[in-house]
Amino acid sequence: MSRIAGCFAALRKSGKRALIPYFTAGDPSPDITVPAMHAMVAAGADVIELGVPFSDPMADGPVIQAACERALKHNVSLRDVLAMVKSFRQKNTTTPVVLMGYLNPVEVMGYETFAKAASEAGVDGVLTVDLPPEEASSLVDALGKAQIDPIFLLAPTTTDARVKRVCEFARGFIYYVSLKGVTGASTLDVGAVTKRLEQLRGLTSLPIGVGFGIRDAESAAAIGRGADAVVVGSAVVRLFADNAQSPQKIVPAVTALLKGIRGALDAK
Amino acid sequence: MPTNNAPKSAISFDSMPDAQGHFGPYGGRFVAETLMEPLDELRAAYERYKNDPEFLAELEYDLKHFVGRPSPIYHARRWSEQLGGAQIYLKREDLNHTGAHKINNTVGQALLARRMGKQRVIAETGAGQHGVASATVAARFGMECVVYMGADDIQRQAINVFRMRLLGARVVSVTSGSRTLKDALNEAMRDWVTNVDNTFYIIGTVAGPHPYPAMVRDFQAVIGREARVQMQEMTGRLPDALVACVGGGSNAIGLFYPFLSDASVAIYGVEGGGYGIASGKHAAPLCAGRPGVLHGNRTYLMEDDNGQIIETHSVSAGLDYPGVGPEHAWLKDTGRANYVAATDDEALAAFHALTRTEGIMPALESSHALAYAAKLAPTMSRDKSILVNLSGRGDKDIHTVAAREGITL
Repeated sequence: MSRIAGCFAALRKSGKRALIPYFTAGDPSPDITVPAMHAMVAAGADVIELGVPFSDPMADGPVIQAACERALKHNVSLRDVLAMVKSFRQKNTTTPVVLMGYLNPVEVMGYETFAKAASEAGVDGVLTVDLPPEEASSLVDALGKAQIDPIFLLAPTTTDARVKRVCEFARGFIYYVSLKGVTGASTLDVGAVTKRLEQLRGLTSLPIGVGFGIRDAESAAAIGRGADAVVVGSAVVRLFADNAQSPQKIVPAVTALLKGIRGALDAK
Repeated sequence: MPTNNAPKSAISFDSMPDAQGHFGPYGGRFVAETLMEPLDELRAAYERYKNDPEFLAELEYDLKHFVGRPSPIYHARRWSEQLGGAQIYLKREDLNHTGAHKINNTVGQALLARRMGKQRVIAETGAGQHGVASATVAARFGMECVVYMGADDIQRQAINVFRMRLLGARVVSVTSGSRTLKDALNEAMRDWVTNVDNTFYIIGTVAGPHPYPAMVRDFQAVIGREARVQMQEMTGRLPDALVACVGGGSNAIGLFYPFLSDASVAIYGVEGGGYGIASGKHAAPLCAGRPGVLHGNRTYLMEDDNGQIIETHSVSAGLDYPGVGPEHAWLKDTGRANYVAATDDEALAAFHALTRTEGIMPALESSHALAYAAKLAPTMSRDKSILVNLSGRGDKDIHTVAAREGITL
């Protein structure tokens, strides 16, 4: 069983929801990434979603765009991100790590080379935002050989027929994009998401994580009632941005946010 | 379609792209999941209407009465004489309403948007020509229009920005990334994903996810269809060479496409060479880039060894783009078209030459095509002909030309 599947199985047994923070590797500088990952686990994160910086993050809102720009000032590459995961794994062998990014850096490295290097570094899942299943078979094959779960998105615009097709490719968990928009948008409709999640349960047995627009304990708890996992991205990244000039404040701020969300998720 | 005696090429150019939007290994749909269904709807709508007699009649009416088609072909006799070789003919897209080829496509997409019930259109723009062409059709059809434009391009193309505002469009300044066309495209995609229910995204070039490269090509192919007939009427045969500038590549594919099976016709796409290919400061992905994935399609890109998109440079805002339409990538690999570059200086020289010799002021984008034609003509005999796509007029660029030459207007 993959680390991701094991993680969700254990949470399901204990009736808990997974908390998945996202942040961009190398933001605001490369040295903070690994300590921040450990701090997030200590604050209650079950899975870490680590963003691979890209020059043209088309699906992201201004908060994560700016994080990519800060990381790219340090020329943080996909290889650098894999080295960070490898470093994280020296002290943590249990928390799943999912890379989230865009296809082009993977394309340039080569699918096989990337999959092998990611597996050796201890990566568990890969979500390439701009790679729908229609174009994904080569990368999915390469990841499969390397025992890495390909993570795919479902959106409010995804029809039932497409949900089934996407889920045939997906492993680990499925990521439901809670709104029509970019990351960090403020138009989350909890009622609509909950209703759609109920329908999705009939179409897939994969655990379902929900992201985009979850910004605090309250929205996380509301979404968590219907989901197996909540992904908190822009709200976390905003703390990296706010404290970019005094990076020692980042870990305490992120810890406080995640502990609050953890508490709200576990309360019920 | 007129007949010709040229042998058919072994490759079938008419069957591209495939059902998933692939031109060989290029093209496709590389977008976030939210856009997959809207792209399917667009593809279905386009396939339904592209052969619909009523739609085509409406399009033809607008191309004739609103755009001013057919655009003429002009024999640049004096310039050809000066260059001392092949005869240069110009396809006068600069004479279209709004001054460039861009409106051929925006009229088509706006008609499609109306049929799909979309009340709001958005567009990205580099030089501002596509933004103006989008704002123009939005005004004509009474649709809301938002145009995304890089902050640096807004500086370079102040006149077009004002034109868009006069036409009722909202021009949004994009300050992320390199503050040029690629960032405007990112921002337009973000708008589309957010407002997908009521919004139609009018992409201005033959790039982006399927069906855009094929759809924009089909709307622009009116250029080549007309030219094919006109050249035969004027010269009794097909041209020996076609030359067009390539940024995203819509005017070029529009000219090339109806000639692809005519093996006797050599095809040249001219990229923005900036300070020269060797300088690294250019906008020539086909000449000096490599394949990758950006803006919804696989194509040649300007990128670094880590797959990050790098900043491009061209004196012409319309060529200042790190990617190129996937069909051009495929035409390069198959060898059917040749891709070359002209530097900023070469384009400027051609700009002046055509203006002074023929009384036609070309856009800086089109000046790149002219610059290559000026190199090609002397290598060919006087009885040969070169057809250059004069894709736009140069009025929008006079401030850029003046500034480069130290003149304050």
